[in-house]
Amino acid sequence: MSDVASGAPTAGTPAADAPLHGLAAEYASPEQVLAAATAAKQAGYRVMDAYSPYPVEGLDEAIGQPPSKLGYLVLAAALAGAFLGYFMQWYATVEFYPLNIGGRPLHSWPNFIVITFEVTVLLSALTAAFGMLVRNGLPRPYHAIFNTPGFERATRDRFFLCIEAEDPSFERRATRAFLEDTGPLAVTEVAR
Amino acid sequence: MAVTTGSRVVETTRVLGPGQTPTVLDDTVNTPVLSGRTPAWWWAGFSISALLLGLYLLSVVHLITSGVGIFGNNQPVAWAMPIINFVWWIGIGHAGTLISAALLIFRQPWRTSINRFAEAMTIFAVVCAGLYPILHLGRPWVFYWLMPYPNTFGMFPQFRSPLTWDVFAITAYATVSVVFWYIGLIPDLATLRDSAKSRFQKLLYGSLALGWNGSARAWTRYMRAYLLLAALSFPLVLSVHSTIAMDFAVSQLPGWNNTIMPPYFVAGAVFAGFAMVLILAIPLRRAFHLRNVITVRHLDNAAKLLLGTGLIVVYGYGIEIFMAWYSGVEFEVYMAYNRVLGADHWWAFWLLILCNFVAIQPLWFRSVRQNPLALFVISVFVSIGMWLERFVIVVVSLTKDFLPSAWFNYTPTFWDWALYAGSFGLFGTLFFLFLRLLPAVATTEMKELAHHDAHHGSDYYERIRREYYGEEAEA
Repeated sequence: MSDVASGAPTAGTPAADAPLHGLAAEYASPEQVLAAATAAKQAGYRVMDAYSPYPVEGLDEAIGQPPSKLGYLVLAAALAGAFLGYFMQWYATVEFYPLNIGGRPLHSWPNFIVITFEVTVLLSALTAAFGMLVRNGLPRPYHAIFNTPGFERATRDRFFLCIEAEDPSFERRATRAFLEDTGPLAVTEVAR
Repeated sequence: MAVTTGSRVVETTRVLGPGQTPTVLDDTVNTPVLSGRTPAWWWAGFSISALLLGLYLLSVVHLITSGVGIFGNNQPVAWAMPIINFVWWIGIGHAGTLISAALLIFRQPWRTSINRFAEAMTIFAVVCAGLYPILHLGRPWVFYWLMPYPNTFGMFPQFRSPLTWDVFAITAYATVSVVFWYIGLIPDLATLRDSAKSRFQKLLYGSLALGWNGSARAWTRYMRAYLLLAALSFPLVLSVHSTIAMDFAVSQLPGWNNTIMPPYFVAGAVFAGFAMVLILAIPLRRAFHLRNVITVRHLDNAAKLLLGTGLIVVYGYGIEIFMAWYSGVEFEVYMAYNRVLGADHWWAFWLLILCNFVAIQPLWFRSVRQNPLALFVISVFVSIGMWLERFVIVVVSLTKDFLPSAWFNYTPTFWDWALYAGSFGLFGTLFFLFLRLLPAVATTEMKELAHHDAHHGSDYYERIRREYYGEEAEA
């Protein structure tokens, strides 16, 4: 066991009977956290999350996160952007303010392509960016995982697996024993 | 091959110098940002930039109070320095987007250490570029008339005009570039937040990181969003410079009315952009001790792109002259003659050939491509050459168009040059602030790269690389 878990209580360590966010295990390598997450899923845990400084391939799948559906949202935004961009130009030049210039057609669609394209890309890109932020719940001023001692290294070189107290199979002692078997540097209780 | 000791020196042809672990990378990149001490070179650069920015603001105030008459623009040369500089700046910006988007899609791992500052370069160049057409409007305070919005005139912009396409292209490009840059920065900002020392830093990076915690669920969506943004930015950047090219190509002026303009402008933008990337990267890697991160390999690759796009641009010059002859149109033939041999501006064309064609020829040699000083000098030549190219296209074509009675020469005024020099101040001030406050290298992506390098490094590419650079295998 590590110094963090067994040492003097730190600011982040909750009292013995306090409600928990979960139990967090800290690992030194992405391979270890991936193995631990896979083992946790096999052991029946469902409500968990893993934290890493950079994306770890397969970790999302191991904790039971389905592939992102953001692409469909962006496709919808792209179609809406294309429609809006084209409609704006068609409406302005054909309906709202028709200008007869030497009898040339009012609905001169080749001229409308560039703006249609730009509006499509603009709307899709904004949807991709803000859709990702909203789906990830960002900006979020407070998240219980930051109570984990040593969590500031989760953006540097450490990897965390947190089994959350909401999980039906969560049991303080048993879950701690399970996590300690996965070879972590430390297992700590995370205050809510 | 040179061997490193710790994070110290050493030129290497690998994408990542040896011994670059996640912590070493974080410290190399983030220490100068988080350090309380600001180096002397930063103050020197920032002061010069701020002075030039003062000149810029002075010119803008003079322009707004006096009108565009302070410029040398005349009839027929209604488009002059403001448009040359607009196209020059926006072209520079395109390399940043191509590095971050196109090279991501083509899975080029060497993009990772140069993408962040190149994206910053893009945004600041777009700022410099975007202000030019607005300042050139005559009444810049009503620039919002360019956008369609419900108004009391009951009018819309003319959607059939390439100038209106330009408004949309530049607006979309600026917005998407900022969004792409910021989304890419979020995990790096979280890293800074977690190693911040002062209260100011904790507040700044804490707010900007939006509470990012690196959860695997968040990473799944983040990676998808980042890939989508790259996939959207790549065609966008091609469309932006094509649209700018159409500002010229759709007109009937000899020298502008060419179907080759869009692809030739895009190649020119990449050419100028990579030159600016090199101009910024070469001092940067030295000042920030980043020679293990932005390696000779990056310089070599950028130099190859410089050579390749440069040759496409030169091909464009050739085609323009060929098409002038092939069209059989008297005005086109005269335009080509005036451009190359005309009494007023022949020097601009031949300087252009010197800068954009002759000066890049040494890049055929690996020893030149891997020599930072030589690359820096060549890049400066290219930047000047690309400015001259726009001068030749804009001014030389306009001075002598159809009827000799309408011909008129053009001379830039002091304020033309003041605004141009000042725009360097705007760019420099923003860039120096970026260097001081934000990480110049995408640390998160670098950590991922370092992990891949150490654990499942691709032996195949490594072998190819060694063969190419003629190196012995390492132990």
